[in-house]
Order: sequence, then structure tokens, then C-alpha cells
Amino acid sequence: MEKFTVHTGRALPLRRSNVDTDQIIPAEYLKRVTRTGFADGLFSAWRDDPEFVLNRSEHAGATVLVAGPEFGTGSSREHAVWALQDHGFKVVISARFGDIFQGNSLKGGLLPVQLPQDAVERLWQIVEAEPATEVTVDLPAREVRAAGQVWSFPIDDFSRWRLLEGLDGIGLTLRHENQIGVYEQQRVPWLPRTQAS
Amino acid sequence: MAHTLSEKIWDAHVVRAADGEPDLLYIDLHLLHEVTSPQAFDGLRGAGRALRRPDLTLATEDHNTPTDNLVRISDPISRTQIETLRRNCAEFGVRLHPLGDAEQGIVHVIGPQLGLTQPGMTVVCGDSHTSTHGAFGALAFGIGTSEVEHVMATQTLSQVRPRTMAVNASGALGPSVTSKDLILALITQVGANGGQGHVVEYRGEAFASMSMEGRMTVCNMSIEWGAKAGMIAPDDTAFAYLEGRSHAPKGKVWEQALDHWRGLVTDPGARFDTEVSIDAGAVTPFVTWGTNPGQGAPLASVVPDPSQFADPVERNAAERALKYMALAPGTPLRDVGIDVVFLGSCTNGRIEDLRTAADVLRGHKVADGVRMMVVPGSARVRAQAEDEGLDKVFTDAGAEWRFAGCSMCLGMNPDKLSVGARSASTSNRNFEGRQGKGGRTHLVSPPVAAATAVTGRLSAPADL
Repeated sequence: MEKFTVHTGRALPLRRSNVDTDQIIPAEYLKRVTRTGFADGLFSAWRDDPEFVLNRSEHAGATVLVAGPEFGTGSSREHAVWALQDHGFKVVISARFGDIFQGNSLKGGLLPVQLPQDAVERLWQIVEAEPATEVTVDLPAREVRAAGQVWSFPIDDFSRWRLLEGLDGIGLTLRHENQIGVYEQQRVPWLPRTQAS
Repeated sequence: MAHTLSEKIWDAHVVRAADGEPDLLYIDLHLLHEVTSPQAFDGLRGAGRALRRPDLTLATEDHNTPTDNLVRISDPISRTQIETLRRNCAEFGVRLHPLGDAEQGIVHVIGPQLGLTQPGMTVVCGDSHTSTHGAFGALAFGIGTSEVEHVMATQTLSQVRPRTMAVNASGALGPSVTSKDLILALITQVGANGGQGHVVEYRGEAFASMSMEGRMTVCNMSIEWGAKAGMIAPDDTAFAYLEGRSHAPKGKVWEQALDHWRGLVTDPGARFDTEVSIDAGAVTPFVTWGTNPGQGAPLASVVPDPSQFADPVERNAAERALKYMALAPGTPLRDVGIDVVFLGSCTNGRIEDLRTAADVLRGHKVADGVRMMVVPGSARVRAQAEDEGLDKVFTDAGAEWRFAGCSMCLGMNPDKLSVGARSASTSNRNFEGRQGKGGRTHLVSPPVAAATAVTGRLSAPADL
């Protein structure tokens, strides 16, 4: 995983709430067996509309998605994270996230930033008034900065450390492989097995 | 100290706990399917890692399979995905129930059916409806592909301890009201992300008196209000369901297990972080009118007027939803005409669901111009329904009797809604385009689905 420290880029104002992962990428695009190449599926149904914010030239190249509350609810598909990343997004800001999406994002290095809805509204206004506004997302400082304003966001120490170091979760867990083995020795005897081991 | 059910299961699975770090949790059962696993297998292969516990892993084909035949997958990309799963399972030694196998079916239907889902276990799958397995008093939740790979490699997950929530139901469900109506009513009450960050325990007589099928419907939809997992304390109903199933403990070990399982209840005096109450006795047949599962109303009511919503975010969402759904405020829900009825999915594709729908449909015909698809949740459910003659009831009424799979629940395999088509669906999500691009979904219970098929409008059995 790539390290995440401080990111500065332009923002895309997505004035919609309850953007579920089926909207982020419909199931039709989930037939592929690869981990990349999902950018064309991103918000695909909405992109038919030329006025949809992702189609508007003034927001081209935006890397910070600013969305309404309850972003990423629904299906566990990590393809939603991959599609956002393939399109070039590094950060998603919302007042509330679906749990699985948030976990998938943290694992994949797409930073989910939780800000109160009034901060999201303010960011929308700033970016709509001046699409070229640079938004800085500072993970070490846990801050979002834009147009002279500063907002703090919460993130647990462990997730922050993993992102800053770009560490792979499996590698970290395998440091404790002995303890997994010890645990396995004392599992209760009736637990089912799908096949003989 | 008094503990909740979910805390007891969590604590029993902690492999490693350290200050300032998530717990490392052992996983007792890992279920796989074709859609969210290929990239995880690639990751293992790329890192030269083995799959740690093939004996705690099971795979099936469900999301991307056809339901009109058992051999031919016409879309080459879908075929590649299925073939990739078969190759991966062979390479890593994972047991697979492929299309055409007697045990094939939707991943959340076959786990319980085989007796692999048991009280007190941790169960995960790269699918958000893994919460279904909580009906047995298991801690079960959906994960993304990175976590699928993590479980494959380590049989553990690194997890922050969730908050706990109790849903306390008072009263009993009325005679024509189902578990689906209750969970839809609850989601409308608490909102589509009201359970965020919580493991929920459903408590009270209304849940305790449900069959296992009914409990699975409730727990299945925990994710539809954002909960990490949903569970119901195991009791004699759960034990009776399990006893004798192929992977359930046998003989003396069964007695040992039973002793342990009886202790899997929330202790008196244990504290939940959040509590929610619902009056189960007041619930009537319930349907959705919008594009998230929290946008629902009693069938006997009307399409709401967005201007009546106090919260601007909700008002906005309701306006968008009504535009997408092509519904006018004030329209009686019973006047909403339907093109397609879908009976099936991991929410309502079990034998009891088929029985309740068949009871309504018996002696009636599907209305002209309405297509009704009946898709059993597993090959075994299909066989059992045929033993009971239910297939005959459906086909006599003019419905299609299909093979097992996720089918029209998710707009991925060939079973899709066409643009502008409106469905009454027993599945779990009414998102824009969920059942096919431009399709409009109303979530309903199996009896409402069957009655709707007969009248061609959203209806309850009492309307026939």
C-alpha cells in the first residue's frame, strides 16, 4: 500500500446523500477478476447525465470527493474503493460512512475523512464558487484546510499509523502467527470443519 | 461482570489484544463466492502465501450464475469469473459447490442448511448479507476483498470492538404480518444507516417466537440499516433446526455443545451502548417507496410528501427518490402497478418463504402483463419445494420456477429489470438500478409479493 501523508488537490462536490456502493459501481462491473480497471464503472448510471458533477469540465482532475452523509452504505464490494482510486480520488469526505466501505478504504489507502455536515456544506459552497480551490488533507495533523479555513477530523491512531507507513495488514498480523497457532490449539471440539484437514 | 451475547462471542475469539490496536479476532468459518474472491486469491499467490485453513473455508457459485439452466453461462466475462473460482478452489484446496451441485446455492442459505453456521461462531464472507448467520447467535459480518485475503492467509481479522445495541420488540406480530414487515418497519423507524458501528441483538417475544427462516430474514437486513452484525440469542428453535444437519455435532459432542450454547445469552444487567424499541404488535404489511431501505411505509398508507420531511437532507433524498421511482406524493401504495415480481434472495429464498407465497398463490393466476420469477435460495430448497409440490403451485399460477442463485437481487447475472420496469421484490435493496439499470424496486414480504403478482398492484393477501 502507498503511504498517505499530506494530500493537496481540487475537490468534487457531490451533493447527494445515501450514495450506496451500488451507485459508486453497479454490479454489472463486478464480473471482472482484476483489481484495477474500474474507473469506467464509477457512478456509471449518473454519468449518462452531462450535467452530473463528475462530467463537468471545471471539476476535471479533482482528487478529493466531498459527498453527502451516509456515503458508501450497502454492499461490501471493495470495487467501490478501487473505482474511486482508479478515477484518481485520494480522499473522500462525508459526515458519515458505511462501515464496510470505511474499512475497505482504510485498507486500500483511500482516506475516508469524517467531517460534520456543516463543514461539508461549507466545502461545497467554497468549491462550487471557485472550482480551482485547493483542498489540503493533512493526515499527520488530522486536518482539512481550504480557503483559509481549518477543520479537524477523527481517525484512530492505529489506522493513521498504518496509512502513514503504508503497511500491509496481512504482514502485520503474521508477526503474531505464533499466537494464532496457540489459539487454534484451544478451540472447542464441536466447531465444524468443511472438510478433513 | 455481566456481558452481552456479542461481547461473549467477541471475547472468546480474541487471539491478541493490545492497547491502542484493534483486536485480532479468530474466524471460525469463511464463506467464499465468485465475485469478491478472485483478487484475494491473486494476492495470496502474488505473496507466495498459503490459505491457512481450507477446512474452515467453503465456496459456492451464486451471484453471477444463470437461473434458467445449470450448465451454460453465455456471458464470457461471467464465465471467466466462475472458471476462475473453480481454478482457485482447486489450487488452494477449498471445497466448492459449483453450479449444478446438489448443495449449490446462495452462500447465506447453504451455510445454515449444511449445519456449518452454529451458535457462538464467528462467520465472515465477502458479502454484506453475511449478517444472516447471526440468526443462530453467531457473530457474522460482511468484509471487503482485502479482508477476504487477510482471512485466507491468517484465519483472523484485525477488528475494532464495535458498540452494542439492543432492539427491543414489544408485542407479537399480527397473523398476516411477517418478519420481513417487521424489519422493514424497523429500518424506516431508525434510518438506513441508524445502526452504524453497532452489533445489534434483536430481543423480545416477536423475535423469539420466529422460525429460523424468519430470524434469518431479520438478521440478513441488519446491514440495510448500517449495523455491523445482527444476532438473536440461540434457543430451542435454533437447536432443533441444527440437530441432525450434516455438519452439526453428533452424540456426546452435541450434548457438550448444547450445554455451551445455552449460556450464549445476554446476562441480566448487561449494558448495551444503545437501545431501540419497536412495537411489533403495531406493524402491518410494509413496503418501500424510495431508493434506500429506510424509505418505507405501511402498504395501507400513501406515498409520502417530501415537503413534510423536517430534515433537509432527508427531504432532498425523498425528492430524488420519488423522481427516480416515478411516484407522486399522496398516491395510495395499493395503486402502484407492478411489472415484475421477484420471490427469492438470501433474504426470502428459503423453504418457508416459498411456502407462504404458495399459500397465497394457490388457486390464483398471475395477472396479465406481470412476470413472476420464483428463485429458490439453494438447490436443496428447490428440491424440497418440488417434494412438497410448491413448484406446481407456482407454475400453475403462471410464475417461472427457476434454479437457485442470487438472480434478480443485484442486477449482475442475466436476471435483470429493464429500464423503467417496476418490481415488487422480496430481496433486500431498493437502490437506484440495483435490479438493473433504470429499474424501480419496491421491497416486500413473500405474501405481499404473491398477492401483488395476482392483482398487478402492490397488495396484501387480504386484498384477494
